[in-house]
Amino acid sequence: MAEQFVSKASEFKDGDRQIIRLGEQEIGIFKHEGNFYAYSNFCLHQGGPACEGLTIAGVKEHLREDKTSAGLYFDEKSMHFVCPWHGYEYDMFTGEQVADRKLKLKKYEIVQKGDEVYVVA
Amino acid sequence: MDLIADRGRRVTVEELNTTQLLSHAAKQARDRKFEDVLIVDCDAHHYENEHFGDILPFMENEVLKQLALSSRAKGGRGNVAPTGFGYQDMGGRVTRYPLRSSEKTEQVGAKRDVQLGMRWMDAMSVDYSCLFPTGMLNIGMHPQKEMEFELCWAYARWVTEKVIPESGNRFYTMLCLPFGDPEGSLRMVEHFGDRPGVGGFMVTTVRDRMAVHDNAHMKTYAAIQERGKVLAFHSGPQWGSTTFQSCNRFISAHALGFSWYNILHCTNWVVNGMGERFPKLPVLWIEAGLSWIPFLMQRLDHEYMLRPSECPVLKKKPSDYMRDMFYSSQPMEIQDMGALETTFRMINAESQLLYASDYPHWDFDLPSTLWDLPFVSDKARHNMLGGTAHKLFKLPPRNEGQKANLIKYGNLATGRT
Repeated sequence: MAEQFVSKASEFKDGDRQIIRLGEQEIGIFKHEGNFYAYSNFCLHQGGPACEGLTIAGVKEHLREDKTSAGLYFDEKSMHFVCPWHGYEYDMFTGEQVADRKLKLKKYEIVQKGDEVYVVA
Repeated sequence: MDLIADRGRRVTVEELNTTQLLSHAAKQARDRKFEDVLIVDCDAHHYENEHFGDILPFMENEVLKQLALSSRAKGGRGNVAPTGFGYQDMGGRVTRYPLRSSEKTEQVGAKRDVQLGMRWMDAMSVDYSCLFPTGMLNIGMHPQKEMEFELCWAYARWVTEKVIPESGNRFYTMLCLPFGDPEGSLRMVEHFGDRPGVGGFMVTTVRDRMAVHDNAHMKTYAAIQERGKVLAFHSGPQWGSTTFQSCNRFISAHALGFSWYNILHCTNWVVNGMGERFPKLPVLWIEAGLSWIPFLMQRLDHEYMLRPSECPVLKKKPSDYMRDMFYSSQPMEIQDMGALETTFRMINAESQLLYASDYPHWDFDLPSTLWDLPFVSDKARHNMLGGTAHKLFKLPPRNEGQKANLIKYGNLATGRT
């Protein structure tokens, strides 16, 4: 395992992502609300580029106490990234597939040294 | 390029390049040495609605042609073909939908579709693809049978004269029949049946009223059988129908719709003894996954044992007729591996299952979905990915490695569609 340079932190904008390729490995690095997250770029479904698609908040349904539905809403506390091949949706904070959290993308450690961002791979 | 996410937030993604998008598929193909495996995709699509300007001039009836062309003129408000409700792109999560118009090609018109097709076929190591339209899968909902015929006819001319020849014969097709017009359907089989690249004919199953056993269709089936072509039923959803209007989510209408229409028409086909009437007609059921098949086999066999007097043409159980037919693999429900293995056994998948990608639609399957199944033999892998389709559609191997594998697994046939 070695530290691989990703980017200068000051040049990595919030909401952006970068894909780095190390031999057979591909790693997606996201910056979300000031924090970095890094995952394998191979979707657990059919192997698509899991980190290269849309990032979008999770969708929830508001159920009232009487069990009636008050409709769908975006959950502001969550953030997902979505494989663009088929829509497999992953939790930005954990790498878990949101429909079955037993499925989890490989997560990589991020190291910041001054203004430089590294991924340990 | 920006996509719209939650609360109007914009997310920048790479511009669409199909080759780049499918680079992981290309890696899978290299890892599995697919170059030496003949891979035939029996169900892929393009967006013919983007080419109506080229297609509609092939309409025969001048009055209907003028109506259709006029409706598409600037300021026109008409719809040429029926459309359905839905969110195939999942709100942009499946990025090739919102980005597809931005993909750069050197070619335009029909040649652009061919170029895009070659990009995904090469990435997946698909040698041949059966090309179907997308919007016209709803053609059965057109209220005018005359217009249904005209649109099917025009599309058939365009795709056989302008698209397939440009593909170096790597595209073939099963032409969409105007099934609401039985005489027109027969005329299409007679006119187009011997054209290069025509592997068969396809009935779109999304229709409010369609009796596949109606006497009006027998001449069409006989004509297809006589020519040694395939009859395919391509399923689809119809969220707006009375049956599915109670579904409040696309997932419900989609999951049920595809299965429902195949279940409905396959039931009528089997119960009315069409397998006895046309024993040499290959019948292929497309794009409903596989899980509906064991259900229907069990259900029909159960009732047949109690009510054989209603099916006097049958000489064996309904499931036996279903095992004589062919099924496309996509979207393969790989959830309960044991159930999937049972399904493969029940349908004789080794000889009856054909690989389908359904690309570029949202729930496409790669060849690896079949190849990597832990319970199938090498022979079954080769048969399902291309060997069986090679025999049905007479598509030649593209290299010596493929030819050697076709011989090894007893699949080599001669000739081409």
